[in-house]
Amino acid sequence: MDFLFITQQTLSATIGVNTIIFALAAIGLNMHFGYTGLLNFGQAGFLAIGAYSVAVPVVSFGVPLWIAFLIGIFNSIIFALLLGIPTLRLRADYLAIVTIAAAEIVRQIARSATFNEWLGGSDGITGKFGKDFFDLNPFKSGLDTPILRFNANDLWVVIVGWSLVAVITFVMWIMVNSPWGRLMRAIREDEDAVRSLGKNVYLYKMQSLIIGGVIGSIGGFVYALSRQSVQPDNYGTALTFFAYTVLILGGAARVFSPVVGAMIFWFLIVFIEQILRQGVSNNLIPDWLIGVNQVGQIRFMLMGLGLMALMIFRPQGIFGDKKELALDAKA
Amino acid sequence: MNLPSDTVTKSFGRHSSFRKSSSLAILLLLSVSSALFLGSNASATETEAAPTKLYGTITDKDGIALPNIGISVTGPEEFTKNVETDAQGNWEVEILTKGSFNLTINQDDLPEGQSLTDPTKATIRANVFSLGNDLRLLFPIGPGIAKASMLERSAQLALDGLILGLVIGLAALGLNLIFGTTGLTNFAHGEILTLGGLLIYYLSAVLKFPVLVAAPIGVLLGAFISGFLQDRYLWKPLRKRGTGLIAMLVVSIGLAIFLRYFFLFLFGGDTRQLPQYAGQAGLEFGLVSITPKSILTTSIGIILIILATLWLLKTRMGKASRAVSDNPALASASGIDVQKVIRAVWVLGAALATYAGVIITINQGVSFLMGQDMLLLIFAAVTLGGLGTANGALVGSLIIGLFVQLSTLFIPTELKYVGALIILIIILIIRPQGILGKKERIG
Repeated sequence: MDFLFITQQTLSATIGVNTIIFALAAIGLNMHFGYTGLLNFGQAGFLAIGAYSVAVPVVSFGVPLWIAFLIGIFNSIIFALLLGIPTLRLRADYLAIVTIAAAEIVRQIARSATFNEWLGGSDGITGKFGKDFFDLNPFKSGLDTPILRFNANDLWVVIVGWSLVAVITFVMWIMVNSPWGRLMRAIREDEDAVRSLGKNVYLYKMQSLIIGGVIGSIGGFVYALSRQSVQPDNYGTALTFFAYTVLILGGAARVFSPVVGAMIFWFLIVFIEQILRQGVSNNLIPDWLIGVNQVGQIRFMLMGLGLMALMIFRPQGIFGDKKELALDAKA
Repeated sequence: MNLPSDTVTKSFGRHSSFRKSSSLAILLLLSVSSALFLGSNASATETEAAPTKLYGTITDKDGIALPNIGISVTGPEEFTKNVETDAQGNWEVEILTKGSFNLTINQDDLPEGQSLTDPTKATIRANVFSLGNDLRLLFPIGPGIAKASMLERSAQLALDGLILGLVIGLAALGLNLIFGTTGLTNFAHGEILTLGGLLIYYLSAVLKFPVLVAAPIGVLLGAFISGFLQDRYLWKPLRKRGTGLIAMLVVSIGLAIFLRYFFLFLFGGDTRQLPQYAGQAGLEFGLVSITPKSILTTSIGIILIILATLWLLKTRMGKASRAVSDNPALASASGIDVQKVIRAVWVLGAALATYAGVIITINQGVSFLMGQDMLLLIFAAVTLGGLGTANGALVGSLIIGLFVQLSTLFIPTELKYVGALIILIIILIIRPQGILGKKERIG
């Protein structure tokens, strides 16, 4: 086994682009689920809106990239309003079903041949829509050390991405420790109590949905830019579920937990994947048990089992506080 | 008939690069979030430029293979090749260069009465960005749209919709009963359908049982594994631990992910047909046509639903289950063995859902994504009817089934599920508790 290679791959993934994307998606979910108690299963929809809002205006309409970012934020606010107006009065599990449905609607419309001309159908959009962004890249060459490896573009995305994560985490920290944040947690614990204080719960839930959704769509920006392509099927329900795994892994209702959760998540995924892959190709794992094509399947099976085990044995995650977390809806 | 065939085939299409060995190809189709892994595995993907296969299966609307259909392929560097479908309707072309390829089906080869459902799709384009990722391509074929009158199309779609509604209803009834008695929103319910499909496939294609024997054995096995064992060894211990409802919901998501990829691991990513009754011709009844196997499976489905409803309304156990739904503590205090009732509900629900999977498998074939593709429709139906109300689930299922099929009269077929989901959201705005739900259920 090539342990140096495994280390390099694993560490690069731990602080890599995917970690940033999942951290942002999970920070948004933390706002929804961790602090306000909204069971949003449509986070993938917000990422899709963000990603498509960057790609479509630039590629199909020639809008400058910086305007496209604003369009993305605007669209995700609209999407949050569309989702929130019908569902925020409903019980938690209704909200879950409606949001998951809405995210599927976004994905199916995006991949449909009907809108092929603008959204690229199931192939999605590939193009140099991130040119304005990468033109600012000060790095001429990538990073190639024994423990970390990024190409020049990835390095730029990683540095900008982590700066974004830092700023957003800081803003989140200020918000959740403000009176506003305490109100959010109060809504999570007991809506009726908050209502009895004369607060408009519906309005506050909507604010939470919008803020978390916008953060998610920023994750979508990173997703689209880092790959210079947008593919609809990347924004399926699995993306939302893994964002939840990240959040629960770190511990919901903690400001830093999505970031740490995302790092651990990707560390584990890439580490297990690399070990299995090397084990199979070096014949340490017999062929009849796992074929080289089945490594990815095993990894997903482990992810499913991991999510189950986490939820059963440590629902508060690594850093979470069991008391802080009311993981239970009133049925 | 046209059950959720599009879901099965199309979603398989979106995980198109299935059969090939490149590690990236496998990753790509493994997950809807697959491209995420491009970044982390870039080094693993650049190994060798494997030849890439463009492939597909040409069948008519009823899933009957169409042999000897010519397809011509043109691509970069003056690449041209002509292939024909084999006896199973399969065709494939190997390519060695990246680029855009145009595939044109020879419409003159199509048998009488069959044509492309969308005549503009005689040529489809395949963009090959990286070699080694096989691409599955579909030419949708059916009775030409122009040939069927609006009345005929509506009648056929209404029938298809009722059948789809019945399949959804079989699955939704169990989901709803389980929700009613335990409060669990089970995201792994779709996997019960998949397991049912796989069981009957294994029994009939591998162990060579006739379908008529395999189906009942499959349903019993499904009820035992997905119902009894699942409740006994997973959900009952969790209830005893006092695991919260949302925590259990997340557990069911983890279970669904695990099972889905476990099935993929065991079964592979193809959609497979049962050896028996695969290419049955439809019988014409006036405006509509329906295959005998569809008539039989649907009739049995209706009988099962009636039996389940009678069980709920007439038997002691059924009444007890409704009592538990209303108030578990009170039911327990009045001498009802709540755990036993829940067990019975799980077994019944699993049996019905397994049978739903069996119907889909007999009529359309089975793939590991079958359950996932049905799950949102099942949820839509249940929510529409009212979570936790048994009759509501049936009403919701029929509405969703009819709406999905009939909406294709006005919107493109590929968007029919979007229509169903939009209806779901609209109904929730107007009547949040669902059509037959009780007001108190709104949060």
